[in-house]
Amino acid sequence: MTEPKLAVSPLVTEDARPYWDAAAAGKLLIQNCNSCSEPYVHPRPFCPFCMSDDVSWIEASGRGTIYTYTVTARAPVFTIPAMIALEEGPVMMSAIVGADPTDVAIGGRVAVGFAPTIDGPPLPVFTLAA
Amino acid sequence: MTMSDAYVVGIYEHPTRKAEGISLAQLHADVARGAILDAGLSLSDVDGYFCAADAPGVGGLTMAQYLGLNLRYSESTETGGSSYIGHLRHAAAAIAAGKCNVALITCADNQVANRQFLGLGGVSWRGAPEIPFEDGYHTGPAALYGLVAQRHMYEFGTTSEQLAWVKVAASHHAQHNPHALLRNVVTVEDVVNSPIVASPLHRLDCCVMSDGGGAIIVTRPEIARSLKRPLVRLRGAGEAVKHNNGGKIDLTYSAGVRSAATAFEEARTTPPDIKYASLYDSFTITVVIQIEDIGFCEKGQGGRFVADGNLISGVGRLPFNTDGGGLCSNHPGNRGGITKILEAVRQARGEAHPEVQVPNCDLVIAHGTGGSLAGYHGSATAILERM
Repeated sequence: MTEPKLAVSPLVTEDARPYWDAAAAGKLLIQNCNSCSEPYVHPRPFCPFCMSDDVSWIEASGRGTIYTYTVTARAPVFTIPAMIALEEGPVMMSAIVGADPTDVAIGGRVAVGFAPTIDGPPLPVFTLAA
Repeated sequence: MTMSDAYVVGIYEHPTRKAEGISLAQLHADVARGAILDAGLSLSDVDGYFCAADAPGVGGLTMAQYLGLNLRYSESTETGGSSYIGHLRHAAAAIAAGKCNVALITCADNQVANRQFLGLGGVSWRGAPEIPFEDGYHTGPAALYGLVAQRHMYEFGTTSEQLAWVKVAASHHAQHNPHALLRNVVTVEDVVNSPIVASPLHRLDCCVMSDGGGAIIVTRPEIARSLKRPLVRLRGAGEAVKHNNGGKIDLTYSAGVRSAATAFEEARTTPPDIKYASLYDSFTITVVIQIEDIGFCEKGQGGRFVADGNLISGVGRLPFNTDGGGLCSNHPGNRGGITKILEAVRQARGEAHPEVQVPNCDLVIAHGTGGSLAGYHGSATAILERM
């Protein structure tokens, strides 16, 4: 995995602690509603589609495709902000790291990794997959 | 009385683009006084006040005290840069409901002079639950709109040259605005050859950062008719919010689809009837997506629509942002909604610069998107008619 430290350390709130604990253990968690069966991202203790509080954490495969991306002048070198369509369905904000920007394209396959932050849990990021 | 019985009778735009030595409260007061004088009213006539997070202090309370307003109604809806178009709609509703007679809306910011660069002027992100899942990825405003533009190009074949035409049109208009920050006419080549800020967006695809502000006075028909200004009536308006929807994301459209539909239904008119459009222009892609969402063309055809000068007054089918807009003139507090209303009213009054004034401009639209097209945003639409 790559080593660029992402400057911003995420603030860990209680409703999202399992997400960050999992990230520290190298796993990407999303949530799933046991009532309407919809998976969703941005942790919260209820389903944004049906309001049920019967929701579970599930481990995502970590595989996905690039929904969109942008090569910026400001982000650290080779950190490419991107939105990733996870295999499970939800699209999440993230970044592609360790890639030559000319190899990055919408629809391209990616796999999750975890980038250290200054003094917080690691952030899920993605690398180009074969 | 219906909601559409409200009139914009006073407007004012602050000439500054860098408010050295002017406090935030004074800026709001300056634009308030300007709009009240334009209407031919006095401060004591104002009984409703509308502001967003760029106003200093506590909602409308701080400015009410500073200005000496005697309010019956105040409101501080915050939807980012589109707030003031929403305020216009809310003011009309409050007037129709008898809650106030003369509504003042202000927007102003001095963060450029103060070298603060707070992003969306005045907004506190305290406790915003999405921040830990977004901020670490270096997605500033340009990156967020770069994400949107990249997807639009992928889905519809939109090109950088087409996006550039939006800036070219804005620059053609800005050359006639003595207060505009960027008055040089630029070409498509200038835009696409400017440095990439967030691919596929170049530096010239981005709006300016500026200080300044503006204010609007809205009132009921009896009072409007007693004044000496041209009668500009709010004929229809709409608002809508869109967000990431738990990860079910489609970046090809904005909440403007719904805000515009509501406005056109209320106004009982259609996009082809619109003579002039003020369109939020944080980035060139913002304009293209809003043009599609409002219904000036089919979804996906916005790039083709804006090309070849179609947005240039006197040249194209849809004259837009004839003050130079956020792309060339100003973007106080990173909030462009107020200036969208101001130039729309100037056009409806026939008071735009003669070089850009649209002939017989009796039906205009002011449309804005606040927040981020790549995340949550509020769209607001106002259709105004000269009586």
